[in-house]
Amino acid sequence: MMFGHGEKDVGIVTYGAYIPRFRILPEEIARVWGENGEAMKNGLMIFSKSVPYPDEDVITISVEAARNALARADLDPEEIGAVYVGSESHPYAVKPSGTIVAEAIGASHFITVADYEFACKAGTAAMQTSMGLVSSGMAKYSLAIGADTSQGAPGDALEYSASAGGAAFIIGKEGVIARINRTLSFTSDTPDFWRREGQPYPSHGGRFTGEPAYFRHVATCAGELMKVQGTQPSDYDFAVFHQPNGKFPTRVAQQLGFEKKQYETGLTTPYIGNTYSASMMIGLSAILDVAKPGQKVLGVAFGSGAGSDAFDITITDEMENYNKAAAPTVKSLVERSELLDYGRYAKFKGKIVMKE
Amino acid sequence: MANPRYWRENPSRYNLIGKRCENCGTVHFPPREICPKCRRKSIGKMKSHKLSGRGKVYSFTIVHEPMPDFSLMKPYIMAMVEMEEGVRLTGQIVDCEPARLSIGMEVEATLRKLGQEGSSGIIRYGYKFRPR
Repeated sequence: MMFGHGEKDVGIVTYGAYIPRFRILPEEIARVWGENGEAMKNGLMIFSKSVPYPDEDVITISVEAARNALARADLDPEEIGAVYVGSESHPYAVKPSGTIVAEAIGASHFITVADYEFACKAGTAAMQTSMGLVSSGMAKYSLAIGADTSQGAPGDALEYSASAGGAAFIIGKEGVIARINRTLSFTSDTPDFWRREGQPYPSHGGRFTGEPAYFRHVATCAGELMKVQGTQPSDYDFAVFHQPNGKFPTRVAQQLGFEKKQYETGLTTPYIGNTYSASMMIGLSAILDVAKPGQKVLGVAFGSGAGSDAFDITITDEMENYNKAAAPTVKSLVERSELLDYGRYAKFKGKIVMKE
Repeated sequence: MANPRYWRENPSRYNLIGKRCENCGTVHFPPREICPKCRRKSIGKMKSHKLSGRGKVYSFTIVHEPMPDFSLMKPYIMAMVEMEEGVRLTGQIVDCEPARLSIGMEVEATLRKLGQEGSSGIIRYGYKFRPR
């Protein structure tokens, strides 16, 4: 194994999520494009998706998630040594989102900041980097964020799933509520989904995004991690996978041998859509919202292009003292919603060309 | 707005950093160098003070003729918010239908996009408010 050795007593110190409050239903998108809404809804297992307000972007969503994380912890933001924001919809091509996020959470200026990009797993890549910095002693705390306001071309299948949301995890050694026992990655050159520089919408390989991309990477990564850890699906109380739709994570969970009671808590995409870099991290946040000391979690992210990051996690006794109520749960963020018609959705997403 | 002028105000816009007069305890926002109540007695006694972000709607108006940066949000709410510290701020109220809003409603600060210099210029961020 070339990656994943050496991390010791590192884990999640605090976490926070954010989901914009607007939603659109697949039936409404299908109505405009002459598709069968019922078939799209059931085919993708997506019943609604989140939509950002016109004044929300990856930076504001990241700040919301990070402030929610800080609200729950007795932690001085000036002790954070690194801020990494993973996204495929950074507002600037040049000027890191992390610079604004760090300033807006009151972090010190003597920190390292970078933006990450790896399709839907940029946030978990940020978590792994943070684990390295913390376990080596280079930073006391490191903030890893996954956030997106993802794009789907009008009328494309992606339009039914591409949504918006964010999750922030502060990684450290002190006051760990969820210890990361081990992380492992599996990466290959697989052209399942991409967006060329300057293009407003991504392209994808249709059915090619399934078996050779999502299923191969997620299943291999999860399987290898369990092999290295000497665990099996029944050892975990919860499992959460990247959720491009509701169907893929359900199928991969069943293929690996997980039962519904293990994967349903972290399955949020059916209600909010695919939040891309935040997808697995929001699912993991939903699990942390309810998990108890001693429980074990398997989390596996997937990013097109392609790669998977897997995490073997144990909830610690610190969870008992953790001030969870200081920020909204994923459930409350999912329930706080207002429906849009396609016209307002198109306006909010900037799909209507305006006069400058 | 020129970048440097905007940039100078980022601490206030991002984190609601105002000033507190150590002489009389009044909190000012935006930050002031001299307390208008204490005048020369406040010289050297104006300390940075971060507002809690929580307050109540003191008064509001619904804007139907928006500035260009707000055209996608029309009609939108602008409100005077009385913060816990006593100081009043003007800001947009988001995540709230105009019909739901009332004077005295509890709100909290959030960071949102305030506008941008076209599609190639800088994006300006700052505080807005939403119902608590």
